[in-house]
Amino acid sequence: MAAHTEDATRRDFLVVAASAFAAVGGAATLWPLIQQMNPDASTQAMSTTEVDVAPVKEGQAITVMWRGKPVFIRHRTKTEIETAKGVDLNALPDRSARNEALPESAPASDANRTKSGKEQWLVMVGICTHLGCIPKGQGISDVKGDYNGWFCPCHGSHYDTSGRIRLGPAPRNLDVPVYEFTSDTLIRIG
Amino acid sequence: MAQHESSYKPGSRIEHWMDERLPVMRMMHGQFVDFPTPRNLNYLWTFGGILTFCLAVQIVTGIVLAMHYIPHESMAFDSVERIRRDVNYGWLIRNVHAVGASMFFFAVYIHMARGLYYGSYKAPREVLWILGVLLFLLMMATGFLGYTLPWGQMSFWGVTVITNLFSSLDAVIPGLGTKIVTWLWGGFSVSTVTLNRFFSLHYLLPFVIAGVVVLHIWALHVVGQNNPTGLDIKTKSDSVPMAPHAVMKDLFGLGVFVLLFSWFVFFAPDYLGHADNYVPANPLVTPPHIVPEWYFLPFYAILRAIPSKLGGVIAMFAAIVILVFVPWLDTSRVRSARYRPIFKWFLWFFFFSVLALGYLGGKPAEGVYVAWARFFTAYYFGFFLLIMPIVGVMETPTAMPRSIAESVLGGSGKPAGATSAPEKR
Repeated sequence: MAAHTEDATRRDFLVVAASAFAAVGGAATLWPLIQQMNPDASTQAMSTTEVDVAPVKEGQAITVMWRGKPVFIRHRTKTEIETAKGVDLNALPDRSARNEALPESAPASDANRTKSGKEQWLVMVGICTHLGCIPKGQGISDVKGDYNGWFCPCHGSHYDTSGRIRLGPAPRNLDVPVYEFTSDTLIRIG
Repeated sequence: MAQHESSYKPGSRIEHWMDERLPVMRMMHGQFVDFPTPRNLNYLWTFGGILTFCLAVQIVTGIVLAMHYIPHESMAFDSVERIRRDVNYGWLIRNVHAVGASMFFFAVYIHMARGLYYGSYKAPREVLWILGVLLFLLMMATGFLGYTLPWGQMSFWGVTVITNLFSSLDAVIPGLGTKIVTWLWGGFSVSTVTLNRFFSLHYLLPFVIAGVVVLHIWALHVVGQNNPTGLDIKTKSDSVPMAPHAVMKDLFGLGVFVLLFSWFVFFAPDYLGHADNYVPANPLVTPPHIVPEWYFLPFYAILRAIPSKLGGVIAMFAAIVILVFVPWLDTSRVRSARYRPIFKWFLWFFFFSVLALGYLGGKPAEGVYVAWARFFTAYYFGFFLLIMPIVGVMETPTAMPRSIAESVLGGSGKPAGATSAPEKR
């Protein structure tokens, strides 16, 4: 033993191997305890919602639930669409379209936040990107903010008629979920 | 633990038998009966005992409420109403628990202010102070989790807003904040899953608090109590045994506190809450004005004073964490603000700032309210980061008594129990 103090002994090997094994085992045990808090299978399963938008007249809006979150669907007027299209994209606080169907780099143009040929329909998750309140602006008589879109009463964020953040503490435009028109008036979200 | 000699005398044979096996009675006697207590403690020193009482009340009433409460989004609100209307004495137990949370925070703020005023955080009490900050954080977590359980509008939207604070981490690593929020919620929105885990943690944390309280009292009894002069106990005449002197004073202070507590419980049980929390949670309607419970308002004002999401979150947490560093930020060698003519006024203005932030946190985040919140937030941090280190170096303290006994008996008086007058230097 004394002659080999510099070399790794069989005991050193056993100590290192056993400690490494215990560490990996500990981490492997911790993982299920952390992972159990993530959305479970039943929560993940509720991932699509179908909506018939035929009864929604121009200028009206409806709110539907998708994954426990409200989704805003607004039937926009001509003026609202024109205003949304006329905005200088470089002046926006958030220049990303925030459309889950498009890459993050897609610019925040009105066309990138709607479906072509269906520009009158704006579909977005109705949750303020600041701290998760529901913005006002769905009801006819609601306060719609300085840009005639939505206004979050919690901390004063103003969204325009394309759901883009224009003023206030919210960092991002309202998210556009993945959705498609399964018929002329039927939308499937998710 | 105890530096003084034990005066415990086992009376009966059974006490003798026990003392040789587990000397728990000797320990209790040494720590809570003949423990040397500074003879000049004022009523601000009764809040440690009051806080222990508050914790016990919350645990006892909480265990009872958990026997009747149902953590489910469709039943939680109704089960709380059932407790208030149908359960025998449920109205009383629920009111005590709800008011108890407010009284707990009321007492802890006085306890902390007393620590700041008399320099109770300075050497050798740094660890004692840091354990106190940890207890404050645990209390805030428990209070926040508990406020979600009635599942009213303020509960629901309070959780939504506060858990969403973590999504600000998206600004550091894109996607990380959202992942954390989804993990906390156990879904894509606040739901039954969230309520259930919050209930579990709300039940757990008070026992963690109780454990840290034991460490807090242990640390206190290693270094001994501070006192209004900030001087150490040097001779026997500086102290009195804890029982009956300090114990009776604590009990009287507690009695007055319980009167206030009872007044709220019986005459204004909802005064400290928010009316919107009697509207059942609705994920589709945000109340026009979301406010947290009153005891979080100063920190909520700091959160909203910073015009950036991540910045506001950092400032809010920093406002609490900065307390950990107070023992080293204060450069003065004098403990008690009583003998610090300049610091004293800055400290009073600091207390005023915290109250002002509390007022502003309850107002809408607009116009002049935001401007004032920014001013007081700047002072809050300026007080710790600039005033504490600088004033400590430049200020000349006023004359201090030579001992605790002298501060009580006057300069010429012979301390009680001393065989001769103290030496004059």
